[in-house]
Amino acid sequence: MNLLVGALTVGLILALMTVGVFIAYRVLDSLDLTADGAFGLGAAVAGVLLVHRVDAFLATAAGTIAGALAGTTTGLLHTRLRVSLLLAGILTTTALYSITLYIMGGGDLSLAPTHTLVNVAEEMGQDLMAGAGTLTLFGTPITARNWLGFLFTFLLVASVVEVINAFFRTNLGLAMRATGDNPRMARALGVNVPATQVFGLTLANGLIALSGAVFAQYLGFVNIQLGAGILVAGLASLMIGETVLGKRGVGRRIGGAVVGAVIYRLLVAGALRAGLDPNALKLVTALLVLAALVVPALWRQRVTRQRATEALSRG
Amino acid sequence: MAEGGLEVRGLRHTFNPGTQQEVQALQGVDLAIAPGEFVVVLGTNGSGKSTLLSAIAGTFRVQRGDILLGGDRINDWPEHRRARRIGRVFQNPFHGTASDLTVAENLALAETREHRSSLRPALSAARLTEIHDQIQQFDLGLENRLQTPMGALSGGQRLALTLLMATIVRPELLLLDEHTAALDPRSEEQVLRVTTQVIRRHRLTTLMVTHSLPQAVRVGDRIVMLHRGRVASEFSGVKKRLLRVQDLLDRFDQFRATELLDDSAAEMLRRAYV
Repeated sequence: MNLLVGALTVGLILALMTVGVFIAYRVLDSLDLTADGAFGLGAAVAGVLLVHRVDAFLATAAGTIAGALAGTTTGLLHTRLRVSLLLAGILTTTALYSITLYIMGGGDLSLAPTHTLVNVAEEMGQDLMAGAGTLTLFGTPITARNWLGFLFTFLLVASVVEVINAFFRTNLGLAMRATGDNPRMARALGVNVPATQVFGLTLANGLIALSGAVFAQYLGFVNIQLGAGILVAGLASLMIGETVLGKRGVGRRIGGAVVGAVIYRLLVAGALRAGLDPNALKLVTALLVLAALVVPALWRQRVTRQRATEALSRG
Repeated sequence: MAEGGLEVRGLRHTFNPGTQQEVQALQGVDLAIAPGEFVVVLGTNGSGKSTLLSAIAGTFRVQRGDILLGGDRINDWPEHRRARRIGRVFQNPFHGTASDLTVAENLALAETREHRSSLRPALSAARLTEIHDQIQQFDLGLENRLQTPMGALSGGQRLALTLLMATIVRPELLLLDEHTAALDPRSEEQVLRVTTQVIRRHRLTTLMVTHSLPQAVRVGDRIVMLHRGRVASEFSGVKKRLLRVQDLLDRFDQFRATELLDDSAAEMLRRAYV
């Protein structure tokens, strides 16, 4: 049960990243590869500040802003210097690898002696619900640290999702959605398309970095490899979410990103528990995304061919 | 309300200069449209009519000449800045609307072109009511489908809504780029009806490109014929009102004939005809 709560918590933390990926890939229709770098950068900045005894909320906010600026950089490389978006993202992420190493002063950073959001959640829980201790669910005990962490993450994700959802219904949010949907139309209606793209990538990578910062605190350490492959995990989550909740309406799709991230994490936890070699995880994820892309297309082809054959045989 | 009008002076533009694909698209176009005037642009393929519209809208920056809108020289303005004063309807109904956004959201986007970057909710109750009433005036039966994604509507419906979006905030200039060409005859008729209705009601300064001669004869105050990147002929006033499709066909044949002959023969022909 503790394992399940843990997987749910990680799923929710990575849901923030998935919402970021959703903004870049679905709303802006942009092939942004900054994600891996931004995730690690958010974790590193927050981690180093925590080690320097900065308040956990401030450290998390700083990590978020750092990731957002990485997104801005990619966006500006693309819109101002006319570098293709794909290459701009690769350049930013590559550069971020070194930058993150410098920030961390090495490849590993332990957060064990620091006061992280997890500690904050625990203390807040103790304050609000005097003596909140181990919870027993279905006969199994769940430690206070675990369920308070889950509750805290849930509230964080819920409020972020609420804000993003509201944003996409404002004038600016609508302009951003139109930019991704039909840039020609957006321009013809007076939308400054490049500026909107830059802002969207900033927002997306800010969320991805926030996810990284919180994830590092949950793990209790930062590693230079933390962000590697995170984009593909985000895409896999996004596709699972779209399969479950569909592609209609922006609110529903953001909800889908969250649900997809949680399901993806549960699948990963389940697979690992069932004996999947952890080294194979990224391979399996990549194959999963590939299958999600290819299978529906093949299926459609097959159905069309079948219908054509039927129509022919009917004369 | 329209004021100032449009003036285009000595517009020249060559695509891919100095290469095999060099195209001298505009070769000195002069054109003035008075406020509230409705001008129809005709031309053969490659005559520069769509290029002219794109140049005015700012899809690319022209190499030479001036574009004046309401007295402001807008040559160096980016497209999105011009779009705050210029409404545009494209030939392809899918180009003018965003399919993932609902009908109401598309219209809200058009309505807020003046205050784009605000963080105010785009669809307040008041705005929804206003959008509802605006669509109702169009008489297309779409006012009850405000929450439908744009992608679920037909090409004709999307085109009509693009027209509404281009004019919901009165533009100083309306550009219509062969906007009925991709429609079936029934939708074409409907969209053309709505077009003339909107233009007349708000006295919009309009530049419409078409390749339909019957359309050109039916609507508008003046016809401008482009040929080889220049204004080659104009019909206005009584001449425009009495114009028949055959007259336009004859004029086109004349252009073609001059093209096949050398300059001196063309000059002879010109003297004989004009």
